[in-house]
Amino acid sequence: MEYFVELFLGGLTRGSIYALIALGYTMVYGIIQLINFAHGEIYMIGAFTALIISSVLSLLGLNTIAIFVIASFVAVIYSSAYGFTVEKIAYKPLRHAPRLSALISAIGMSMFLYNYVLLAQTSDFLPFPNNIPEFKFMEPYSHIFSSTELVILTTTTVVMILLGLLIKCTRIGKAMRATAQDRDMAMLVGIDVNRVISVTFVVGSATAALGGVLIASHIGQINYFIGFIAGIKAFVAAVLGGIGSVPGAVLGSFVLGWTESFATGYVSSDYEDVFAFIFLVLILIFRPAGILGRSTAEKV
Amino acid sequence: MITLPEIKKSFFVSLWFMFLTFPIMVVRVNPIEKAVEWRWKNLLLVGVGSFLLSFVWRYLFKRKEAGKKKEEAGYDSGAKSFFHIILAEPKIYKPFLIGIAFFALAFPFIFSIYQTNIMTTALIYVMLGLGLNIVVGLAGLLDLGYVAFYAVGAYSYALLNYHFGLSFWLALPIGAALGAFFGILLGFPVLRLRGDYLAIVTLGFGEIIRIILENWNEFSFGPSGIANIPRPGFLGIEFSLQGATTFMYFLMIVLTLFTVFVVNRLQNSRIGRAWIALREDEIACQAMGIDKTKTKLTAFALGATWAGMVGVVFAAKTTFINPASFTVWESIIILCIVVLGGMGSVIGVVFGALILILLPEYLRAFSEYRMLIFGAVLIIMMVFRPGGVISSVRRTYRFEGLTGKRDKTGI
Repeated sequence: MEYFVELFLGGLTRGSIYALIALGYTMVYGIIQLINFAHGEIYMIGAFTALIISSVLSLLGLNTIAIFVIASFVAVIYSSAYGFTVEKIAYKPLRHAPRLSALISAIGMSMFLYNYVLLAQTSDFLPFPNNIPEFKFMEPYSHIFSSTELVILTTTTVVMILLGLLIKCTRIGKAMRATAQDRDMAMLVGIDVNRVISVTFVVGSATAALGGVLIASHIGQINYFIGFIAGIKAFVAAVLGGIGSVPGAVLGSFVLGWTESFATGYVSSDYEDVFAFIFLVLILIFRPAGILGRSTAEKV
Repeated sequence: MITLPEIKKSFFVSLWFMFLTFPIMVVRVNPIEKAVEWRWKNLLLVGVGSFLLSFVWRYLFKRKEAGKKKEEAGYDSGAKSFFHIILAEPKIYKPFLIGIAFFALAFPFIFSIYQTNIMTTALIYVMLGLGLNIVVGLAGLLDLGYVAFYAVGAYSYALLNYHFGLSFWLALPIGAALGAFFGILLGFPVLRLRGDYLAIVTLGFGEIIRIILENWNEFSFGPSGIANIPRPGFLGIEFSLQGATTFMYFLMIVLTLFTVFVVNRLQNSRIGRAWIALREDEIACQAMGIDKTKTKLTAFALGATWAGMVGVVFAAKTTFINPASFTVWESIIILCIVVLGGMGSVIGVVFGALILILLPEYLRAFSEYRMLIFGAVLIIMMVFRPGGVISSVRRTYRFEGLTGKRDKTGI
C-alpha cells in the first residue's frame, strides 16, 4: 500500500510538472493552432538560466532561499523573453502560410535553440543545486513525499489558479478567448491580435520556465537535452486532455503522470517513454479530440 | 538606402539580443569547481552579428513583400528561377547531364576511397530524401518518424544475416517489404489525424522503435549493436575493401537512378496526382471521389519502402549498426533535405541532399555548427522561400487568346 501511495504521489508531482509545460502548448495551440515545438527548448533555457544565475549568486554568498527565489524570477523573465522573440522571428511571418510551413519553422527553431545551448554551454550533465528548503513538518513523511515535491505541487496549484483567473477575469484574458474563437472577428472588434498572441507566448513560456526550475531542483541535474523529451511528454499531456483547453491540459498531465508512474513502478522502467507514446496513440485512435476536447466538424 | 530610423531599429534589436543571450552566451559555470567563466567577447559578437543580420532580415522581407505585391497586381510571375530556365531548355541541360553522368562514373577512379564513401553516404541521403518527399512533399503528411523505417531495413538485413545467413540481395527486397509493412502499420492508426497530430504520433513511433531496439537485448543486441555485417557480393565475387567501396558506390548510383525514375513516374501518375490533391485540400479531394484511406496508406507504404531499402544498403555499407544511428535528429535532417530542396520537386531533393550532406563534410570547421545551421535553414526557408531552392513546378494549362491554343507546361 505504501508503494502504491508513493507511486501515486510521484505521479502527482510528475503530472504537475507536465501541466506547467503543457499549459504553454495548449494556450498557444488554442490561439494560433500551431504546435510550438520550441516550447520544450524554452523550458530547458529556463532551467539553464536558473542554474547560471544561482551559481553566480552562490559565489556572492547569498542564502539558499533568496538564491532560489531570485534565480526562478530571472529564469521566468528570460524564458518569457525567449518565447516572445521566438514568436516574432519564426511564427509571426508565417501567420497566413500553410500550417505545415509554420510547423516546420517551429521544428527548425527547436533545433536551433537546442544546439545554441549545446554549443554555448556544454553537453555534460550539470548538477543543479536544490535550494528548496527541507520543511520540519514534512520529516515523518520524507521517505514517500519530499519537501521539494510539496513545493512543486503547491506552486503548480497556485499557478493554475492564477492562470485561470487571468483567462476568466481580466481584459487580456477575454481578448485571448476571443482570439482563440475567431481571429478575424476579434480583429474586427478592435482587439490587437498580435499583442494577444505575444502575451500568450510570454505567459506560456513563463509557466514553462517555472516548471523547468522546479523539476531541475527535484531531479538535481540538467543538460541541453531535457527540453526535447519533456516537451514531447507535455505535448502528449496536452493532447490527452484535448489540446486548446486549459483544464484539459491539467487533467491530461495528471493522467499521463500517473500512467507513467504506475507503469514504471509495476511493469518496467526501461520503457518509460514508450508508455507515454503508446498511450497517446491509443487516445488519438479512440478519442481524437482528447478527454475534455470537443470534436469540431471541419468547415469548408 | 539605409536610413537613420533603420539604424536605430537595428541598434535596439542588437541590444535586445545582447540581453537575451547574456546568461547563456557569456556566463559559463562549472558547478563542481564552483568557478564562473565570463566570456565578454561573445556579447560583442552577438551584438554586432544581430545588428548586421537585422538589416539582412529586413532587406529579405522587403523583397518578399515586393514579390507578393507584383503577383497581386496581376503580373505574371514569369521570371522563373535560374534552374527552371535551365531545365526547360534541353539544349542547355543535356550536355550538363552527360557531364554529370561522366563525372559520376569516373568518380571512384579519380578520388580516394574516403571520398567515394562520402559520396555513397550522400547518395543514401538522396534516396531517403526522395522517399520522404513522397510522404511530405507530395502527400503533405508531415512524418517525423521516417528514420524508423530506415532502422527497420537496416535491422532486418543485420538480423536475417546474423541468424539465417541471408545474403544482401535477398535482404534488399525483404527490407523494402518490411519497410512498407511498417509504413502501413503506422499509417492505419494515424489515418484520421491532421497535420500536427500526425507529426507528433510519427515522432513517437520513431522513438518507440528506437527505444525498443535499445532495450530489447535478446532481439537486437541493445545499444552495443550488431557488428560484422557482410558487404554485398556480386555473382559470387569477393571484393577487396577498395573494390567493395567502389561497388557500393555504383550500386547506390543505380538505386538512386531507379528511385528518381520511379518517383518521377509516380508523380505524374493517377496516384501521384491524388497525393497532390490530398495535400492541397483534403475535403475537396474526397469530394472529387478520391479514396482518402487508400491514398494516404500508399503514400506511407511507398515512402517507407525506400527507407527500408536504403536501410539495408546502409547496414551493408557501414557493416555495423546500433540504435544511435536512428535518432529523431536523423529524421529531421532528412526533412531538412526535402524542405531545402523544395517539397515535391525531385531534382530539388537531390540537390538538397547533396548540399546538406556534402557541405558539412568538406567544411569540417563548421561541422560543429551543422545542426545549428540546419535549424536556421529550416526557419529561413519557411519564412522567405517556402517552395525550396528548386521549387516544384505545378502542372498548368494555359489558355492563350481566343485561338484556343493550349500550351502545356510542367516538369
